[in-house]
Amino acid sequence: MSESEDETLVTQDMIDRQGVWGGERTSPPIAESDIRKWAIATYWPEKPPAIYWDAEYAAGTKHGGIIAPSDFNPFAWPVDRPTRPAAANTGQGGRGRTGLNGGQTDTYGVPMRADDVIRSRSRLKEWNERQGRMGLMLYTFTETEWTNQNDEMVRTRISTGIRY
Amino acid sequence: MTANLFFEDMNVGDEIPNWSRKTGFMNWNRYAAVNDEFVPFHMDDEAGRAAKNEQGAFGMGNLRYAYIVNALRDWIGDEAEIREVGCQYRAINQKNDVLTVVGKVTEKKVENGENLVMLETNVTNQDGDATCPGHAIVVLPSKT
Repeated sequence: MSESEDETLVTQDMIDRQGVWGGERTSPPIAESDIRKWAIATYWPEKPPAIYWDAEYAAGTKHGGIIAPSDFNPFAWPVDRPTRPAAANTGQGGRGRTGLNGGQTDTYGVPMRADDVIRSRSRLKEWNERQGRMGLMLYTFTETEWTNQNDEMVRTRISTGIRY
Repeated sequence: MTANLFFEDMNVGDEIPNWSRKTGFMNWNRYAAVNDEFVPFHMDDEAGRAAKNEQGAFGMGNLRYAYIVNALRDWIGDEAEIREVGCQYRAINQKNDVLTVVGKVTEKKVENGENLVMLETNVTNQDGDATCPGHAIVVLPSKT
């Protein structure tokens, strides 16, 4: 690889998209069984807390009913399947095509509940590059907002993507 | 309904109870099923090795994040709120790893009428390696 090839992994597309909201999606209505299954999966093999599956118990809490775990994803299983670049699926590819999940910071508003419909939008917030063990590494920070059908903030996420 | 914790009882340096899971395909496949996360290197040893992990398939970062959320929820109970959780994925979750969520109170304050408790968090493996440094903010009820 020549030095000129190693100068940057930033693309013109990234520059064009910086700060521009897009990727708008609307979830199907959340089902109580979606919440229960999510809690069972993430607590496996232990029993999840009753707040996620027992309506009678949950009615007596400050929440007044079953809520979803904070990390619940209402966008799982879309009918129209998103296409992913091959590199994102295998962890392999050419220069700059190996992608890793670097982490995230989520700020939570109101909890998600059964029958909620969640809207999402996201934008590329910023990026930086640095030399790492795998050569030039690009860190991208994407902001994603979730709101419910009452326009209440559900979650704001800043996710870190790493490419090299 | 009674609260697990009250803001007045929190002190800087307090630790949250450890929350552990031994992880492998039984956990990962269930998570893949609910999160629709059927990425080959989480499902198949050959694909994991192709992704440069010699030990084969490895666990999802998102599931490690869920473990942090669960540890916080179990600690604070149902009369409190999780306001913020952040983490960095620094090491791979290998098959049969025993992951433990740990956390310590770093600050407490009242802001905009809310009783906020800040924590530093991590997810360690059975060797004591810190795999997922991060932070969290929870909102606790008051006794008054």
